[in-house]
Amino acid sequence: MADSASRRVLMDPLIQNNPIALQVLGICSALAVTTTMATTAVMCVAVVAVTALSNLSVSLLRHRIPNSIRIIVQLTIIASLVIVTDQVLKAYVYEVSRQLTVFVGLIITNCIIMGRAEAFAMQNPPIRSLLDGIGNGLGYAAVLLITGACREILGSGSFFGVPVLPLVSEGGWYTPNGLMTLSPGAFFVIGFLIWTLRWFRPEQHEAE
Amino acid sequence: MNSARTILGFAAAVCLVCAVLVSGSAVALRSLQAENAERERQRNVLYAVGLADPDDDLDEAGLAERFGDIRAVVVDLETGAELPEVDPATVDPLVEAGLADSSRPAPDNPARIRRIERRSVVYRLEPEGRLEAVVLPVRGQGLWSVLYGFVALEADGSTVRGLTFYEHRETPGLGGEVDNPAWKALWPGRRVFSGTGEAVIEVVRGAAGPPAEDPHRVDGLAGATMTSRGVTNLLRFWLGEAGFGPWLERFDEAD
Repeated sequence: MADSASRRVLMDPLIQNNPIALQVLGICSALAVTTTMATTAVMCVAVVAVTALSNLSVSLLRHRIPNSIRIIVQLTIIASLVIVTDQVLKAYVYEVSRQLTVFVGLIITNCIIMGRAEAFAMQNPPIRSLLDGIGNGLGYAAVLLITGACREILGSGSFFGVPVLPLVSEGGWYTPNGLMTLSPGAFFVIGFLIWTLRWFRPEQHEAE
Repeated sequence: MNSARTILGFAAAVCLVCAVLVSGSAVALRSLQAENAERERQRNVLYAVGLADPDDDLDEAGLAERFGDIRAVVVDLETGAELPEVDPATVDPLVEAGLADSSRPAPDNPARIRRIERRSVVYRLEPEGRLEAVVLPVRGQGLWSVLYGFVALEADGSTVRGLTFYEHRETPGLGGEVDNPAWKALWPGRRVFSGTGEAVIEVVRGAAGPPAEDPHRVDGLAGATMTSRGVTNLLRFWLGEAGFGPWLERFDEAD
């Protein structure tokens, strides 16, 4: 299955067809969880796991799911996976899961997951759907990690909790940018990111 | 193309599988989660009493060692009596506050506590059997959120030894500075009660003097008047008559 089609399914969502940057999906959680790298990274792992598994399960069932209830079936599967993920995080990375609060649960409402289940997994075989799920999860993760890095470095002067810019309050020179620790800071970072991406890839411009 | 029966059957099967998955994971992981929550509580008690610092990377053994001299005790809030026969592990004050049977309505208060639990859990720091400090749980409304924390008092039941908040959603950089170690360092040595036994501790606007000269006041958080006021309110409430007051009175008598 290592042919170029599968490869494209996996890699396309990273830059070409990034769920956040191009499809502008899943912005809400991207704003909420990116204040520090630790929370961002855990959130990314959770989202990749859920998109991958939901795509896989929906694809396995795709010939059996009755058309009239397909959305609610997808939602049930996604919701169950998210609850299990939340339980696992609470058991193994308690500290971070406390900081993520409701946003793990809100993965259920993340449009990327439902969107990929409906648009891709319902029509494609399991392995390819799994790859598509991982790819889209990683595309989301890439944007979140970049946003998280900018926000933690500029907002708190640290990276994964390790100080990189010495803060004025601790005798250094860097005055942290408070805006970056608030949700609007993420809007700016993601906005700049989309702008940069579309500058290099003019084909991503939306039709006027 | 699908008959109603197939659709219903499919829906039922999906629900069943998902339900088993969800409840299975919840049951399997419950004990780990409970341990995490317990360790988290112990850690915060240690922060309040000054035996650990959030920067310390405490493993399980280290935590157990530092927590060794601390004893959790259930207290009846109405009478102030300690209930040594009740296992503290079986009492979760925050859960009890939410249940009609185990709580009572709170008097009107600025900390916006609606119901008070009848029993709470406090912690006594007793190295070699001598009481050195007590730690009690506090909570109350700030600007955006309820602040949850612990305050530690010296054995006289009146002098602050430290405080910490373990959960809040205040503005990072403004009200969120309740977590700032520099601000928390202003607390030790402050006195909670006036000469008449009233809880008068106050977070003021601007700066307060050193503890010896200005024992009842603490510097406010810049740009966070509401959060500062919230801290004042919640401390006065929980240290006062409706909260731990009856229990704290015992310490004066003991001295």
